[in-house]
Amino acid sequence: MVQLLTPEGDLVRHEEFEFTGSADDLVGYLRDMILARRFDAEATALQRHGELGLWTPLLGQEAAQVGSGRSLREGDVVFPSYREHAVAMVLGVPLTNLLGLFRGTNGGDWERLETFKNYQIVIGCQALHATGYAMGLQLDGAVGNEDDAANSAVIVYHGDGAASQGDVNEAYVFAASYNAPVVFFCQNNQWAISEPIALQSRIPLFERARGFGFPGIQVDGNDVLAVKAVTDWALNRARSGEGPAFIEAFTYRMGAHTTSDDPTKYRESSDEEAWRGRDPILRLTRYLRRIDAIDDAWLAAVEDEAKELGAQVRAAIPELEDVTMDRLFETVYAEPTVALEAQRREYAEYAAGEDA
Amino acid sequence: MSETLTMAKALNKGLRRALQADPKVLLAGEDIGKLGGVFRITEGLQAEFGENRVVDSPLAESGIIGTAVGLCMRGYRPVVEIQFDGFVFPGFAQIVSQVAKLHMRTGGQNPMPMVIRIPFGGGIGAVEHHSESPEAYFAHTPGLKVVSCSNPNDAYWMIQQAIQSDDPVVFLEPKRRYHGKGAVNFTAKPQPMHQASITRYGTDATLLCYGPMVKTCLDAATVAEEEGTSLEVVDLRTISPVDWVTVTSSVRRTKRAIVVHEAPKTLGVGSEIAAKLHEDLFYVMESPVMRVTGYDMPYPPARVEEEYLPSVDRILDAVDQSLAY
Repeated sequence: MVQLLTPEGDLVRHEEFEFTGSADDLVGYLRDMILARRFDAEATALQRHGELGLWTPLLGQEAAQVGSGRSLREGDVVFPSYREHAVAMVLGVPLTNLLGLFRGTNGGDWERLETFKNYQIVIGCQALHATGYAMGLQLDGAVGNEDDAANSAVIVYHGDGAASQGDVNEAYVFAASYNAPVVFFCQNNQWAISEPIALQSRIPLFERARGFGFPGIQVDGNDVLAVKAVTDWALNRARSGEGPAFIEAFTYRMGAHTTSDDPTKYRESSDEEAWRGRDPILRLTRYLRRIDAIDDAWLAAVEDEAKELGAQVRAAIPELEDVTMDRLFETVYAEPTVALEAQRREYAEYAAGEDA
Repeated sequence: MSETLTMAKALNKGLRRALQADPKVLLAGEDIGKLGGVFRITEGLQAEFGENRVVDSPLAESGIIGTAVGLCMRGYRPVVEIQFDGFVFPGFAQIVSQVAKLHMRTGGQNPMPMVIRIPFGGGIGAVEHHSESPEAYFAHTPGLKVVSCSNPNDAYWMIQQAIQSDDPVVFLEPKRRYHGKGAVNFTAKPQPMHQASITRYGTDATLLCYGPMVKTCLDAATVAEEEGTSLEVVDLRTISPVDWVTVTSSVRRTKRAIVVHEAPKTLGVGSEIAAKLHEDLFYVMESPVMRVTGYDMPYPPARVEEEYLPSVDRILDAVDQSLAY
């Protein structure tokens, strides 16, 4: 397992991977992670207050998401599952946009959808979309150019549970066959709702990649330096035409699967305790304090920023507008049908009568 | 300019023309490259357009459909071939949950201009899973469009129209009619895809059909004429949406309707047509809508398929019942 920063906040050397960014970059990642955690806590609270129908907490997975998200550049495209709020954040998707799907005000359309695709609740289906999109990049000549700036890649997020899905395995097959520029970023958070990883796989997930014909690598998913280094490697080789790669980010879902879940029914709290010691934010804070890259004043300022973000999210909730029935009728098809237009008029007449 | 072609050849020419017309069109499916597909519909196309535009796929239907979703998002117009009707189901989740819904889910941001070609229906003595009629599943799924061609001219034009459509189209090809010949007019302006056509005019009753059953219905109408009954035959061509204007205008005149399809009876296309005619022409019709269909059983072994499939005799029986009502 690739690790560059221990839970205690000490740097360690790795033979193949090193973090090439600056201390300033790391300070930025710490800020990302703190804000993402705050946003997530806020959304969880909003669900408890009945403002969201459901929420999928990312607690504990901040480094996996920020580290990989910060490896992306203009032209790269993300296919998320439904928990990649921190990836959305670092890509500049307005966070309040994400809430619409969970509040039920819309079906999941947001700004920057061309870069950060819509959430997918059907487990693993997005792996195929990502692979097809990567095939398209290849056809467009956006891969393997001498001028690296002209190259792009796709990253797709899925979990350990999804590794059992047919669609995900088919995506591995297609990606390998066509040498598609796609990085499979698996956040192995140890639990698929109540089912432990042992039920999905009897070997470490990253070892499966070789059987499909591309490299797999396991990284400490709570170490943002290592995640960044490994994702840089995978994306760069995809962009340069060397094909797909699989990253298993070894992490832990500190919270529930969703706000409807109750982890106390199926796992030991001692597990959570053990993983709390490997917290991604804690370890980076320790390190950055030690090298004097941050101080109490910085932490206090970011804490204020996080509070401000929370307030913004709370304020945004009542502003989210329900999609209209008219808009739904309009978007079932790109080219409207006479038959559905008739139902649209039927609805309009009924609704007008209701109002009268 | 017109030429007599088989439906298979007409589809091949239509696909070739679509590939020529738009560089974003690409074909994908199992065995469609060098082999030209198990029915040879894509014969010669890979040689002409290259492996990037006529793509042999791994043997995974969900993979074929799911990667096509990604290609749509990248601005391509994938035309995927499902080798046989009964093999579409491994790709069913991608079709109904993704292809059909993504346009609305993304607020119109991600159209899915995909064509899913499926050779469908029975009558060729095939082994199990090779003779099915799954159209009702797709017609019942909002977001999809479903069409079926019944003759070479429609095959040539409708496949191109389906490819030009910004919506996903399930394109059902009646495999037992692949080798039937007909004139294809390459120059005349084609009929819009989502329009039914009256294939034969008549006055006593309307036969409503699509795909493989159009020929069977025309044969039935010829026999009926000899017996003094004048049957109108409407080729629906488009199953979702149905062209209700043409359907109801025909039945308004003949006052009797018989729907014919190979798919099982219960909750099939015939059920929807019966319901709609009931809603619109309750006081006009002289008899209830009759349905001549496959039975509510899994498609039977080939040796008894003729017992299962609607035949000229079964159609004429239903016509007699309708006239005697």
